[in-house]
Amino acid sequence: MAEATFHVFRGDRNGGDLKEYRVPMEEGMVVLDAMHWIQGHLQPDLAVRWNCKAAKCGSCSAEVNGKPTLMCKNRLKYLDTTKPIVVKPIKTFPVIKDLVTDVSWNFQVNKKIPAFKPKEGTDWRYTQAEADRVQEFRKCIECFLCQNVCHVLRDHGQHEKFGGPRFFVRVAGLEMHPLDDEDRSGSLKNQLGLGFCNITKCCTEVCPEDIHITDNAIIPLKERVVDRFYDPMAMLLRKLFGKK
Amino acid sequence: MAEHETHEFDVIVIGAGGAGLRAAIESSAMGAKTALVCKSLLGKAHTVMAEGGIAAALAHVDAQDSWQTHFKDTMKGGQMLSNWRMAQLHAQEAPERVRELERWGAVFDRTPDGRILQRPFGGHTYRRLAHVGDRTGLEMIRTLQDRGVHQGIDVFMECTVTRLLKDGDRVTGAFGYWRENGRFIVFKAKAVVLATGGVGKAFKITSNSWEYTGDGQTLAYEAGAELLDMEFVQFHPTGMVWPPGVMGILVTESVRADGGVLKNSKGERFMWKYLPENKRAEFAKNEDEAKQWLSDQVGGRVPDFNKRPPELSTRDNVARAIYTEVKEGRGSPHGGAFLDISHLPAEYVKKKLPSMYHQFKDLADVDITAGPMEVGPTTHYIMGGVYVEPDTGANNVTGLFAAGEVSAGVNGSNRLGGNSLSDLLVFGRRAGAGAAEHAKRADAPVVHGYQIDGAGKDLLAPFEGKGEDPYPIHRELQETMQSLVGIYRDEKEMLRAMEKLQELKKRAANVRVDGSRMYNPGWHLAWDLRNLLTVSEMITRSALDRKESRGGHSRLDFPKMDPGHARHNTRVLKRGEEMAIDRKPLPEMPEELKKLFEEKK
Repeated sequence: MAEATFHVFRGDRNGGDLKEYRVPMEEGMVVLDAMHWIQGHLQPDLAVRWNCKAAKCGSCSAEVNGKPTLMCKNRLKYLDTTKPIVVKPIKTFPVIKDLVTDVSWNFQVNKKIPAFKPKEGTDWRYTQAEADRVQEFRKCIECFLCQNVCHVLRDHGQHEKFGGPRFFVRVAGLEMHPLDDEDRSGSLKNQLGLGFCNITKCCTEVCPEDIHITDNAIIPLKERVVDRFYDPMAMLLRKLFGKK
Repeated sequence: MAEHETHEFDVIVIGAGGAGLRAAIESSAMGAKTALVCKSLLGKAHTVMAEGGIAAALAHVDAQDSWQTHFKDTMKGGQMLSNWRMAQLHAQEAPERVRELERWGAVFDRTPDGRILQRPFGGHTYRRLAHVGDRTGLEMIRTLQDRGVHQGIDVFMECTVTRLLKDGDRVTGAFGYWRENGRFIVFKAKAVVLATGGVGKAFKITSNSWEYTGDGQTLAYEAGAELLDMEFVQFHPTGMVWPPGVMGILVTESVRADGGVLKNSKGERFMWKYLPENKRAEFAKNEDEAKQWLSDQVGGRVPDFNKRPPELSTRDNVARAIYTEVKEGRGSPHGGAFLDISHLPAEYVKKKLPSMYHQFKDLADVDITAGPMEVGPTTHYIMGGVYVEPDTGANNVTGLFAAGEVSAGVNGSNRLGGNSLSDLLVFGRRAGAGAAEHAKRADAPVVHGYQIDGAGKDLLAPFEGKGEDPYPIHRELQETMQSLVGIYRDEKEMLRAMEKLQELKKRAANVRVDGSRMYNPGWHLAWDLRNLLTVSEMITRSALDRKESRGGHSRLDFPKMDPGHARHNTRVLKRGEEMAIDRKPLPEMPEELKKLFEEKK
């Protein structure tokens, strides 16, 4: 049977190296299958996160030949198997062990986002077209690949001041909910640092759910923040007639 | 004493899928200090993979629907083995639980007049499943997750519980370890809610993730809890069969509900052949009637309920049909049946089944809008589990509660599609409330050092093991359960399975792991394997005792339903070191509910 060679990162917070494994190839195989084969036959303690194996849970994010990807979706037939396939953990978050990283920061960011607040007295009716708009954002499987490639986090390490594309998508899903009555523009500007994003669209490119993160979530949110904080007419009107 | 950190709570909930999250939200809302402990990251639990929808008699699409009809459908789907009280509570409360999710921010698909849309599903008389395309579980878990986060529940992620701690007869806490570094952790609690899901990883072909290793069933069993109905495993009729790496991954029942037809290699639409005689009146008689039903359904008209396509028979029945077609030589190239929805407009398919479209395109190079999928049965769900009191989720062991797939009761011998997500919400909430209520009255929890020492020693034993690593033992267990205790069973094969299980148990006792306690999957599996072996034995012993075929349990040597088995649940209980099996009489259904079955539909 034909084999593929994998160079897999083995190590922890203190560093590590690529280790070579040879894996028999099977029809339809994905990179995650290969990692499982290595665990089951060569390296029982190889650390890797996964759950659904069908691109629905967003657990198995990694960088394969330098490209951020879900390992469960990454078919060997689209990789050059004449050369070693390099598998590394996502770079933006600290390594725990091997391919597993500490993504707990993301769960802290999530807590900062004001919750859904339904309009008072609503009859809970809205159209499918209105639902479609927010359902795009609610498709997010939290694989954190967008967080991984965002240069504000990856290169500049602004984790303290910046929420990252995943959470702009989440805020967009709340803000554009037809029945939501909360104003999150202050939180976007101050706690989540939306202004740091200079719309390079790296996040959109890696999204396995094809969410148009930049165009449909971030840019409209930026417009909201601008309207709220920097529109001189609106500021004047607010001064004259009170809030909103 | 073994080195560990200690945390004290009123209530700890183990498992963070739909049931665990809903339980924790309720418990916390009632003022109990609540912790949620889960093996994966928050939001990755198996609920996230649920596709089709939440069954609830909202009556938005079919105004005739009511809790009574949902109740009857559930009881009949489970061949009358469900706990009547649970089936009743489930049907009565599911609509409110769905509306509550909407109030918490969930965005369901809409009817033309702007309300929550409902789709048809197997075994449900009316169109009943609230849904979001084919990713309902993701919507549900995210909504609950965000609700929980804002309620201040303490979450312990990537933390595995390996033992329940007891003070005398009552559960007072739990022992476990952090997966990241292998350090021990002790929870002191007045009440423990199990919401750990199922057992699918005991089988080779399964739709379940690595987490489904029978943890809660085993924890409860070891603590002296009663378990019921463990013989009833649901083999979902449609899992992927190709390529090998994705074998078993779920293909939602919505494909059939939204118009998909099943055919064999000869092009025959075979499901008509397999409809049970007493159910034929509820289905289309021929291709034309089924077509009419579909065109009404797609066109937004009210379809005739008694002309449903035969593919909407209950899951147990469709799974047996596909299995039989393949076994008799009429299977697809990779050993399944053809499931085809490509006769419908591509845009409709992509809108109703977006994740199926991508799943087949990305993983199997199949465009489901252009041609058929290949599908076959996959181990999906266990109807049985930890015994619970219907109203409170309390087990016979004081301080122990359970909800969701880990518990028994609502589903009887076969679960209807869509009844799982509603079960998680209804009984998650009830178990959370039950636990919080119990915590108010309970004494401060006491844990004992010798139990902590014992649990720690057992957990570390594989590092001293002299045997093999756990992976080959796990593979053999999966082969065994798949081939000997699978979709069709008989006594001879199950006795062979029992022998094999004893051998595997011995080998597992000597299992060896390499490496350190840092995020070590080999070590994690070594522990999970013990749980898998325990639940496999429960399933096999219970299946041996039920000498009939009913729901998800099909015996070749007893192919008919037997009235002699109609009035009891199979009970599993630990007596000394022995696994004891006996029969527990079904609680008697009150007259007013019995009457529902006499009335004409």
